[in-house]
Amino acid sequence: MAQENVEVPITGKIVGVNVKVGDTVKEGDTLCLLESMKMENPILAPVDGTITQVGVSVEQVVKPGDLVAIIEY
Amino acid sequence: MFGFFETGLQHFYWGNGLMLLIGVALIYLGISKKMEPLLLIPIGFGILLVNLPLGGLMDYELQITSQAEMPSRVVSIEVDEGAKISEGDIILQLDSGEVLAPIGGRITEIKTSPGQEVTPDEVLAVMITTAQTELPVQPVGLLSRIFQYGIMWQVIPPLIFLCLGALTDFGPMIANPRTLLLGAAAQFGVYFAFFAALLSGFNIAEAASIGIIGGAEGPTTIYVTSILAPHIIGATAVACYTYMALVPIIQPPIIRLLTTKKERAIYMKPQLREVSTREKILFPIIASIIVILVVPLSAPLIGMFMVGNLFAMSGVTERLSKTASTAFIDILTIFLTLCIGATMTADNFLLPRTLLVLVLGVVAFATATAAGVLMAKLMNLFSKQKINPMIGAAGVSAVPMSARVVQKMGQEANPRNFLLMHAMGPNVAGAIGAAIAGGVFLGMVG
Repeated sequence: MAQENVEVPITGKIVGVNVKVGDTVKEGDTLCLLESMKMENPILAPVDGTITQVGVSVEQVVKPGDLVAIIEY
Repeated sequence: MFGFFETGLQHFYWGNGLMLLIGVALIYLGISKKMEPLLLIPIGFGILLVNLPLGGLMDYELQITSQAEMPSRVVSIEVDEGAKISEGDIILQLDSGEVLAPIGGRITEIKTSPGQEVTPDEVLAVMITTAQTELPVQPVGLLSRIFQYGIMWQVIPPLIFLCLGALTDFGPMIANPRTLLLGAAAQFGVYFAFFAALLSGFNIAEAASIGIIGGAEGPTTIYVTSILAPHIIGATAVACYTYMALVPIIQPPIIRLLTTKKERAIYMKPQLREVSTREKILFPIIASIIVILVVPLSAPLIGMFMVGNLFAMSGVTERLSKTASTAFIDILTIFLTLCIGATMTADNFLLPRTLLVLVLGVVAFATATAAGVLMAKLMNLFSKQKINPMIGAAGVSAVPMSARVVQKMGQEANPRNFLLMHAMGPNVAGAIGAAIAGGVFLGMVG
C-alpha cells in the first residue's frame, strides 16, 4: 500500500489533534489545527486513507518538516 | 416646562433613532458574531453616545460674526437661545443685511440685541455644532477634543502605523520580492475608485479620500481623509473597517470569477527561504530612505511603520516593540475608534453621499482584489515558477484577513496547499502600497 507523509508546513503550535491511529480519513478532512501568526490553521488530509501514525500532540511546538501523520491508501 | 432644564428628548428625531440602531447593530456584531470586536464595539458605542442629543461629547463651538464690512445696526433677532438651526437659516437681521447660520447646529448665546450698533468682526452669537466642517470651530467636547488634536492634527493614525510596524513581519515579502508587484497592483483599486468617485460628482479631494478605502488600511484612510476631506471621515472610516471585516465575503466570489479551479489548485511549497536577521533589520531602513525620497508625503505613515518594524527586528528594543504591539496600540485604538463612531451623528451621516461612499468603497475593494489576481496571472505568463494567482488577492492589504481567505481557498482547491506565508508577502506589501498611494494623493491634491 502506498503511504503519504503529511508534514508541518510552517512553524507554529499544535492546538488540536483531530485524528488517531486507525481512523479513516477523506481527502480534505482536518488532521490537526496549527496555530501560527495568530491564526488557527487546519492541516488537511491530502488523500483518502487510514491513519497509521500521528506525529503531533496538543501544545507541541512544531517546525516545518515535522511529521503530522502518515496516511496509508 | 422646567425652564432652563432641557432633556435630550426635545432634540431627538428619527435620524438619531436610526443611528442608535446602527450603533447597537455594530455592538451586536462585535459581541455575538465576534466580527472585529476591538473595532466595532467602540465605534458602535461612539455612534450611540453622539446620537443622544445635548450629550455634548462631539460638540464644536463656532462664533458667528457680522459679515458686513461696515458698522451696522441690529434690526431684529430671529432665533432664541437654545434653538436648533439649519445651515442658511437667518439668525439676525442687520440694517446692512442678514446674518445666516454657516452650518446646522444649536444657538447657545446671542450676544447682541435689537437697536445695538455692531462692528464687522464683533461676535454676534455663539453656536454649537456636531458637524465636521472646515469652519474655524473650537472643540468643546471630550471626543471632539480627542478627534481634533488626535486625528485632525494627524497624530494618532501615524502612531498606529508605528504599532502595526512592530506587529509586521516583512520576512515573507523579503523572501519573495515578486510579491511587491502584487501589493502594488492591488492599488489599482484605489485609482479606479478615485475616478469612479469623480464621475459620481465628488470633488477631487473627496474622491481621493474615497479611493484610498481600496487600500484596505484603516489608519491610512483616516489619515488621508483627515487632511483632504474631513467632512466625510466617518463614512470613509466606516466603509474601510466594515469592508475589512467583510473581506471573507467580498473576495471569494471575485477570486472564483477570475481563476479556474486548476489555477486555484496550483501548489506552492509552503515554506519560504529563511530570511536573515540582517535582512530584516536593513529592510525598514532602506525602504524608508527609498520610499520617502520618492513619495515624501508618505513619510509620516511609512516612517512610523518602519521605525516600529525596526523596534521589533533589531533584537535590542524588545521593550519598545512589546509596548507598541500591545498596550500602546490598544490605547490608540480606543481613541481612534471612539472618535470615528463619534463623527457619525445623524446630521453628518444620514446623507445620500454616505451611501455613495459605501458603494464606492466596496467597488474599491473589489477592483483591488481583481487587479491583484490579474497581476499574478500576468506574472505567471512570464515566469517559469508558477505562483497561485489567488495570492494576488492578498495584495489589498487588510492584514491578515485577505491572507487568511487565500489560505482557506487554497486548501479547498488543493488540500496539500498551504499558501499562508505566500499570501503574507503581498499582504504586507499592500500595506506599504496603500500608504504610498495615500502619499501620492496628498502630493497631487493636498
